[in-house]
Amino acid sequence: MYRETEVIQTIPGTDEMVLNIGPQHPATHGVLHLVITLNGEIIKKVEPHLGYIHRSIEKMCESLSYRQFIYSTSRMDYLSSHINNHACALCVEQGLEVEIPRRAQYIRVIMDELTRIASHCLWWGAMAMDVGALTPFFLAFREREMINDIMEETCGARLTMNYMVPGGVMFDLHPNFVGRVKHFIAHFKSKIDEYDELVTGNIIFQNRLKNIGVLRPEDAISYGCSGPTARASGVSCDLRKHMPYEIYPELQFEEVLDNGGDSFARYLVRLTELRQSMHILEQLIDDIPEGDFQAKTKAVLKLPKGEYYQPIETARGEFGVYIVSDGSTTPYRIKFRSPGFSNLSVLDHISRGQKIGDLVAIMGSLDLVIPDIDR
Amino acid sequence: MMFSLENITNSIHEWLYANLNATLALIIEFAIIGVLVIGLFAALGLVLIMMERKVSSWMQLRLGPNRVGPGGMFQTVADTIKLIVKEGMTPDRVDKLLFNLAPFIVMVIAMVVMAPIMFAKGFQIWDINIGVLFVLAVSSISVIGILIAGWASNNKYSLLGAMRSGAQIVSYELSAGLSVLAIVVLSGGLRMSTIIDAQQTGWWLFKGHIPAIIAFVIFIIAVTAETNRAPFDLAEAESELTGGFHTEYSGMKFALFFLAEYVNIFVVCAIGATLFLGGWMPFHIGNWQAFNHVMDYIPSSIWFFGKTFLLIFIIMWFRWTFPRLRIDQLLQLEWKYLLPISMFNLLLATVVAIAGWHF
Repeated sequence: MYRETEVIQTIPGTDEMVLNIGPQHPATHGVLHLVITLNGEIIKKVEPHLGYIHRSIEKMCESLSYRQFIYSTSRMDYLSSHINNHACALCVEQGLEVEIPRRAQYIRVIMDELTRIASHCLWWGAMAMDVGALTPFFLAFREREMINDIMEETCGARLTMNYMVPGGVMFDLHPNFVGRVKHFIAHFKSKIDEYDELVTGNIIFQNRLKNIGVLRPEDAISYGCSGPTARASGVSCDLRKHMPYEIYPELQFEEVLDNGGDSFARYLVRLTELRQSMHILEQLIDDIPEGDFQAKTKAVLKLPKGEYYQPIETARGEFGVYIVSDGSTTPYRIKFRSPGFSNLSVLDHISRGQKIGDLVAIMGSLDLVIPDIDR
Repeated sequence: MMFSLENITNSIHEWLYANLNATLALIIEFAIIGVLVIGLFAALGLVLIMMERKVSSWMQLRLGPNRVGPGGMFQTVADTIKLIVKEGMTPDRVDKLLFNLAPFIVMVIAMVVMAPIMFAKGFQIWDINIGVLFVLAVSSISVIGILIAGWASNNKYSLLGAMRSGAQIVSYELSAGLSVLAIVVLSGGLRMSTIIDAQQTGWWLFKGHIPAIIAFVIFIIAVTAETNRAPFDLAEAESELTGGFHTEYSGMKFALFFLAEYVNIFVVCAIGATLFLGGWMPFHIGNWQAFNHVMDYIPSSIWFFGKTFLLIFIIMWFRWTFPRLRIDQLLQLEWKYLLPISMFNLLLATVVAIAGWHF
């Protein structure tokens, strides 16, 4: 009866076996492929393999005009498309040397912060789902839907916004916008406490995250981590404070820092950032100045010969746009610096010696968006 | 007078033995019981899966299934038909015999455990004198089915899931058994009917003082772990091991695991209801004669199923609220906390029983 079969093999001479997580796996939130070496449940090595969703966006941008290439960046970090577009618009504006109307600056910052809240909401649900609680995902989507509805009214899109253009924003705000944002702020203030009650205070959840995946500050710097991932290790790197753009210098908000460095610190930093974003929105929403929403620009944009770089703080960290222009209508070379790529690179370092379940929790706490890593 | 399952079973039993010879009557009785158990198995699977989907949708701000039949009631029927007509696939390079055997082991054990459960007054398949021990002994065999499934699949995820499941079920059986023993000590018998009769004056949860309450809490935690339910669903841990021990299974073989899981939940909750909540005994309050009379008029089967489904609801509530534990935390919880507490609790229960401090 028994047929000789090829059985599960270990690495010769050791008790270790190789396990492929992904590219299709419920924990990787996309087509990330991790080759992990296991000894029982203990992780010995993690090797991320990329390339499953490579669309060659940087090369594509070289044949698109300065107005057109912005739209392809919505497809990179699809959870913060506003912020990506914003970075590109700012970078092009450096070369154009146009004055952005104050109304447009307000709208841009409000949209950025709304995007940050939506992105962190989705992360919160996915993080809880990674450690096995399924219900928070639906609660987070309730709030995210409200933001998406607000966006839809003004931009006409829910995911790939394409709202920021060089010189300002594409359309003026919808008349309902201010009212709906205010309603959202009031609603979210009560719900964020519910988040804390359901998940943050849960003893199982805390035990799963505390002292897991500890990232030391020096490692965070040497691996190039940014955003909440680095700030949870005590590295001050909020570009809204350090290299301020638009009207951020005038705003009252705090850079959220934590010295824990573990998954729970990363969780807390993001949750506190939600409150800080709400605080920023409250300052802005009542007095959006009247005026133009877009500066006058030429129909065909041409950047002077030279190099331009604009970093910006997305929900995941530092997103940089680097444009080399040869003076023609299309960029000579474009390079994007995406936060997810650097944050993923630290995964092997912080998950060695942990268990498989922890690997999933660590990946959740790094907040990886695969199309952002793999462009 | 009242609708009573006891009278029906007795009249069938007498009629069979009056009209047929003893051997034939026994065989027919076996056949009837077999058909009833399989029918109950299928019905429970359908009802519990529907209940789980409705409970989860209620907790997750969704509507849940609402297209097939009134309120989506026939969704599970449609799903079952779909699973039955699917190809019974056996992947290449698996151990074919064990791979196909495993779901049946798990399912058969889930059925056998039903034997000593008293579904209503006098309605029981087998009032064996070691009832509680029988349940504990047989239900622990189901881990073998899971281990076989994980090993035979020749898949690393399945293997990890099966190993986790083995460690988990073997550990949590100890505290489940010890918390059950506390009630056995209080009621002075292993037979299901003895335990229920001992609760004539009140359920053990109420009249067993502190040891019964501790035992109840430990029992609920331990059986949640034993049935591989969240927050102890490490064996299938969707976000870690995709499907755990049943990653490679599809179609009806997968459905058998799925059904067995739900029937196991029903069985353990039925045991919990029998031991702690008085089985089919109606709810009585001291000397409130009128109230007690009204309670007596509710059929005993409704009492039994009501209590069981209440416990099932609590276990489902766990699943849709808590995150999952890690494997070392899971074993730590059992060996460092639950086991010592339940051992001490057993001692306490013995003192209470000997001193007669319970009501």
